[in-house]
Amino acid sequence: MTLDWSVFCKDTLTGEAAPRCFSFLFGMDPNADPTYLDWLFTAWGWTLSVAGLSLVLALLMGVMIGTLRTLPPTNLLNKVFAFLGTVWVELFRNIPLLVQVFLWYHVVPAFFPVMKSFPSYLLVSIALGLFTSARIAEQVRAGIQSLPSGQRNAAIALGMTTTQSYRYVILPMGLRIIIPPLTSECMNLVKNSSVAFAVSVPELTLFAMQAQEETSRGIEIYLAVTGLYVISAFSVNRIMAWIEKKSRVPGFIAPSASGSH
Amino acid sequence: MDLDLSFYNWALFTSYLQKGLIFSIQLTVIATIGGIIVGTMLALMRLSGKPWLVMPATIYVNTMRSIPLVMVILWFFLLIPLMIGKPIGINLSAIITFIAFEAAFFSEIVRAGIQSIPRGQVYAGQALGMSYAQNMRLVVLPQAFRNMIPVFMTQTIILFQDTSLVYAIGAYDLLKGFEIAGKNFGRPIETYLLAAVTYFLICFTLSRIVRRIQQKVAIIR
Amino acid sequence: MIELQHISKWYGQFQVLTDCSTTIKKGEVVVICGPSGSGKSTLIKTINALEPFQEGELIVNGIRLHDPKTDLPKLRAKVGMVFQHFELFPHLSVMENLTIAQIKVLNRSLEDAKQHGLKYLERVGLLEQKDKFPGQLSGGQQQRVAIARALCMDPMVMLFDEPTSALDPEMVGEVLDVMVKLAQEGMTMCVVTHEMGFAKKVSHRVIFMDKGIIVEDCSRDEFFGNPDARSPRAKDFLSKILAD
Repeated sequence: MTLDWSVFCKDTLTGEAAPRCFSFLFGMDPNADPTYLDWLFTAWGWTLSVAGLSLVLALLMGVMIGTLRTLPPTNLLNKVFAFLGTVWVELFRNIPLLVQVFLWYHVVPAFFPVMKSFPSYLLVSIALGLFTSARIAEQVRAGIQSLPSGQRNAAIALGMTTTQSYRYVILPMGLRIIIPPLTSECMNLVKNSSVAFAVSVPELTLFAMQAQEETSRGIEIYLAVTGLYVISAFSVNRIMAWIEKKSRVPGFIAPSASGSH
Repeated sequence: MDLDLSFYNWALFTSYLQKGLIFSIQLTVIATIGGIIVGTMLALMRLSGKPWLVMPATIYVNTMRSIPLVMVILWFFLLIPLMIGKPIGINLSAIITFIAFEAAFFSEIVRAGIQSIPRGQVYAGQALGMSYAQNMRLVVLPQAFRNMIPVFMTQTIILFQDTSLVYAIGAYDLLKGFEIAGKNFGRPIETYLLAAVTYFLICFTLSRIVRRIQQKVAIIR
Repeated sequence: MIELQHISKWYGQFQVLTDCSTTIKKGEVVVICGPSGSGKSTLIKTINALEPFQEGELIVNGIRLHDPKTDLPKLRAKVGMVFQHFELFPHLSVMENLTIAQIKVLNRSLEDAKQHGLKYLERVGLLEQKDKFPGQLSGGQQQRVAIARALCMDPMVMLFDEPTSALDPEMVGEVLDVMVKLAQEGMTMCVVTHEMGFAKKVSHRVIFMDKGIIVEDCSRDEFFGNPDARSPRAKDFLSKILAD
């Protein structure tokens, strides 16, 4: 079986070979029809955008919810927060991601009409972000609970309020500890962004499906798409490794906190 | 905003959902069993120490773990007909895909489980004169598998959720059943909501059961 | 200054403290000793409200701990505590460990906090380590920094929860020296410890606990000088400890 890579230089509208492989993407010729290569890279851009947006939402909500679940049950408000955190996590962990995407695309806008005007990539990002936030919350919870209880005690003994103890003592160390499971969660998020095809976001997976149908050169198309997914996940891995290096505490050997599956 | 759930009754279930639910369950069960079998083989290959076994297994596992599941589903659906020379049914393609995909994840669980058995157990077996295969079969694997049962079950719940992705090749699973029901009755909102509730109830109940089993099954040292 | 009145505490069904009463006067050094599980760590942690209690009254310098309206963080700022496992904050340098609570809790300026930090760091003999991180220090050094950190808050009483139990034997001395100096300077101290040498040297009173009950509460001279007058349990404990 021979691979014919020239498909990428084909014009997407006419199916013929285009003069340049990158036609309009990098401003070379704004009037030309896009080639499959242009389309591939535009799709990659969509994948990265959805992933990026989801990641921001997932981190914000995940750290917040994970922290809420570790609050000491000393008063009613803390217990309520902890319960809400548990509800959040169980809700988003027990419904498949694809079903959640459909919920945000079909069901929620019916209850909140303002969302009917939201573009589909935004709704997918919300779905993916909240789905991932539940998993990140569990990792944050595990990380915080792996800290020696004396750390919290020491902060409180110095007169810090609960908020201060989390901000200056518990979270700085807790978040450092969970960088490894957080890394694999971020890589999962990039892979999970593929679910956006179901609501017609023009990302890599949808490109793979459509381009394969059009050109019948499935293997080449799939290889390119797969390659870009692998590169994206690998880049995330390297960025997290850089963050880990930058935030390393001299002389500290972390207790291992394996994030839950 | 009014929801009309009046159409949700047994007739709906038998005509649209039953077929989908059966396939989702079939897929989950077959992929779990197949995944554990193949996964155990992969794990043993990676732990064998022989490079000609370790390398292919490691490449396989790492590849499966770096690609989105939807892409893997598309790949298998494209490649299998090319390799066997004739078209393949959607359901069969899905089954083969999931066995192959989950095998990678189960192999990681099995590998971690085997490595968590203290070395002293292996030494004890060797001191009694057991061969590597006997040691594995009689000492290590029985203990490792017993520890791994809760993790296997958790992975199965995740597998069940992942089966919804066969949507990509149009397979008729539980989610598709809901979708088609929704289209036919013109009530997509209620059906997607019901789909979410159904999946939630199934997965939540299963995860509670897993938690209960976790306490009973652990080997006390 | 500190009054414990009939303190009782339960963990679920299990009673860990039973009817504990005692007072600690200003300038007094009180040592609490006893076997493991006797509740001594729990008792000392009730004094700064790290551990809540179900029955009894606790008054620190006129502030009633059991009163729900009490501002606990403000109280804790004035009660210094040193922990068995040091509990320095690993992501902050020594200097930052010393200043963070001063700035965030006492609202001191950065300059003021640093001055205090340097002063107490010198007192414990670790001025050159001010920019190091806890992970780079030995156990004895970490504990001395922990003592300095508590002192920076200008507390009215210092609580020590087994401060030397987690240290290698060769480092115990340097920490005890700091504590002895503190006692001689007139600091009110309550120390849970197994170090009977320290108790004999600087304490004014000794409390012996067993199974959550205060069995002995007498002056140092009485405790060590008159062992036969003590209860059988305390006598047993003393004979084992002092025999080594």
